[in-house]
Amino acid sequence: MTTAIAEVPSVRTSNAPASQTMWTPFNARDEGQRLFKEWYASLEQANERKEPVANVFVMGNAIEILRSFDFHMVFPEINSLQTGVRKTSAEFIRVSEDYGMSPDVCSYVKADMGMMLKEEEHPTGKIPRPDITVSSNMCGTFIKWAEIWERRYKMPSFVLDLPGQRTSNWVVRPGDAQHSADSRWVEDQFKDLIAKCEKITGKRFDIDRLAEIQGRVNQMVIHWNNVMELNRVCPAPYNAMLDGLTYIGIMNVYRGTVEGVEFMRRLEEDIRAKVARGEGRVPEERFRLLFSGTPCYVSMRRLVELFESWGGVFAYSDYLTFAAGGMDAAELLYDTSRPLESLAEVTALAAQRGLSNQFFAHERMEKQIHDYGVDGVVFHGIKSCRFVSAGMADTRDYISKRLGIPTLYIESDLIDPRYWSDAQIKNRVDAFFEALQQRVGAGPMRGREVPTGTGGPL
Amino acid sequence: MSAEIAHDYEASFTAILEQCHTAAIDAGIPDSHSLPEGFSGTLGYFPVYFPDEIAHAAGLLSVNILGGGNKLEMKHADARMGSFVCSICRSTTELGLNGTLQSLSAFVTHPICDAAKHLAGIWSRNLPDQGAEILYLPQNPNTPGAARYVAAEYQRLRAELARKVGHPISDAAIRASTRLYNKKRRLMRDLYQIRRDEPWKLSCSESYMLVRAGTRISCEQHIELLEQALDAIRHRHIVAQDKPRVLFVGGFCEQPPLEMLETIDDVCFVVDDDLLIGQRWLTEDVPEDAGDPVWALAESYIQRSNASPVQHDERKPKDQYLMAMLNAAKADAVILTAAKFCEPGLDDQLFWSKDLDEAGVQYLVLEFEEKMTSFEQMSMQVETFAESLLFALA
Repeated sequence: MTTAIAEVPSVRTSNAPASQTMWTPFNARDEGQRLFKEWYASLEQANERKEPVANVFVMGNAIEILRSFDFHMVFPEINSLQTGVRKTSAEFIRVSEDYGMSPDVCSYVKADMGMMLKEEEHPTGKIPRPDITVSSNMCGTFIKWAEIWERRYKMPSFVLDLPGQRTSNWVVRPGDAQHSADSRWVEDQFKDLIAKCEKITGKRFDIDRLAEIQGRVNQMVIHWNNVMELNRVCPAPYNAMLDGLTYIGIMNVYRGTVEGVEFMRRLEEDIRAKVARGEGRVPEERFRLLFSGTPCYVSMRRLVELFESWGGVFAYSDYLTFAAGGMDAAELLYDTSRPLESLAEVTALAAQRGLSNQFFAHERMEKQIHDYGVDGVVFHGIKSCRFVSAGMADTRDYISKRLGIPTLYIESDLIDPRYWSDAQIKNRVDAFFEALQQRVGAGPMRGREVPTGTGGPL
Repeated sequence: MSAEIAHDYEASFTAILEQCHTAAIDAGIPDSHSLPEGFSGTLGYFPVYFPDEIAHAAGLLSVNILGGGNKLEMKHADARMGSFVCSICRSTTELGLNGTLQSLSAFVTHPICDAAKHLAGIWSRNLPDQGAEILYLPQNPNTPGAARYVAAEYQRLRAELARKVGHPISDAAIRASTRLYNKKRRLMRDLYQIRRDEPWKLSCSESYMLVRAGTRISCEQHIELLEQALDAIRHRHIVAQDKPRVLFVGGFCEQPPLEMLETIDDVCFVVDDDLLIGQRWLTEDVPEDAGDPVWALAESYIQRSNASPVQHDERKPKDQYLMAMLNAAKADAVILTAAKFCEPGLDDQLFWSKDLDEAGVQYLVLEFEEKMTSFEQMSMQVETFAESLLFALA
């Protein structure tokens, strides 16, 4: 295998660079909601129309291959979080616990199980039954979840095994021996997956189609990386844990599509315009924060409100990296002249730099604290998600004691409302800000010195 | 005369079990002064499976870190891990932070679950000198190329251990270690054969202690101990009691307290189990004279291995392998256990119960934690279960 991979250019432009197009009004939230509605609507009749359906996850999913076979993509994590956003998760969880599921397992899985027991009726409409599932080993629960589908739907579950970060200070560079060995294994699995897709769909694999999809992913990644970087300025133009959730949803669901490229292009354009106008997410940005973990979707707006009421904005969240497939962390683009090899190489690198490095979270967090010029780190421990949470308290101890960065640890759940304790969380947030205020001062950030590497025009 | 001989065998078996208990539970991790001859250090690994042969060939005593049991006082780990993390991960962290594992030359964990993977990060932040790592054993053993990937991962481990011990690890040394471990695995298979054929001669808790001793002592010592134990067991004269034959599952990672197993032994014959399944992961001999001994280990891992809730393998769907175990052991019923907060175990426990409902096989669902100290309620549940089975089977 050759290893020439296109690196993300230092001057980042896609085929339709955001900075060179005419600015038109763009409301990312409204446009995101419209696209989500369209996506759910497209799923409703998929089974009846005998169109192939794949269940996939946000980390390690081979969407590019599946899309080249015209699979409809169902994201069960997104279905489950949507039950939280729509305040219906408690009922789905109750149904699955009545069936026998433990209170101590992932609430996303339980909401999905509840939905299956309700004959796939979801608040957004009917969710089609899959013809195949692709689950990576990046989260152990993905595999157990897929085994549940295997039992229910009697269809193949393909586990995409991605070799992750093995040790601390793990350095892997494109083309080195370790990366080549890992990429070769990933490529073997892609070939196996392709054979399965051909069998399910009756279509031959079209490598040109794959390259075309990869080209669009490349454009999306360029815009995505720029969007992330634009939040390094002060004031931050968006809140990573509120606005960012819409962006990430489109990044996943519309990955490799024309609509996805257009959304990301316009998003970058819109945010760039906000930066040019000096427009921040909060009127008087006083504290820049990093959010580690996933949100509590049943109290998502409330969570953000608790912080924004103090002038705190989440400038970055590791969620935006690992839940977008780690593409930004890979710092690579697909080489569309070698589609399959390049897909394996980038996937292997993204798994190590942007997904499995969650298990060594302190390493990248140190860099992000600097890059985004944050005053403090908020850790959100999720009761039913060990991928996010099992090492979090220890990481917090490291960040606080070794780096001297103020931290806050709060605990609730992804979508189980029983674990959201509003008064307790508010007390902790308030106490955190009081301490932070003493440390960095009470005035607005604007005009305050921003750490080197942040705040400048991009 | 024969009664006198039987008594001697019984006494020697009791002494062997005491020796096992001392090695597996009471004694600490050997340090440089107490290492067996021929070893220069210790390598600790988290469940489930680890290729001991490679560590052995490097001159490192591989030690399976099986948590803190029910006598460990938690002083540090509670502040470093959420309350929703399983006991074995928390107590392993405690053992690391309280210095119990300080003599380890290396610590290896695996992608069996997310909490287990986080141990490598916790180690790197708190015990950086031990060089913790994740051995990325694949969750897809089905794609052609899986054995090649495992072999590459083993070669990476081999190079890492060679760097630690300061000398290369030769193919000949790995072959010699493979021969030894094959012998050990054969002896453990003999133990389990006795459990299936004459369960009154060897209880679950006795067999467990015999296997568990091997997680702390050298392979050479364990072979000697197992040979003595098997000889004694075969000469035991024990009258079979009227007990139901049951299968025990759920002990693949976090270990149930010994008292829990004894409670079950009191009223059931446990004719097979998945306790310490990593010690018995390879189900047949690894080819001993293969050109590449690392390939032989990797190929055995993919082609001739056991099953557990933390290993996906499309050749071994969870429902089918449970039924295969049940039939092979001629068990009447199943004790379905899961460690608290163990997501893989809890998921399979539920779906296995549905499978058994469908198949009309009786089962008992139990949840345990390694730190449990009270067994009265569990004892009552197990007794009632056993009585109902005897009644149904009568």
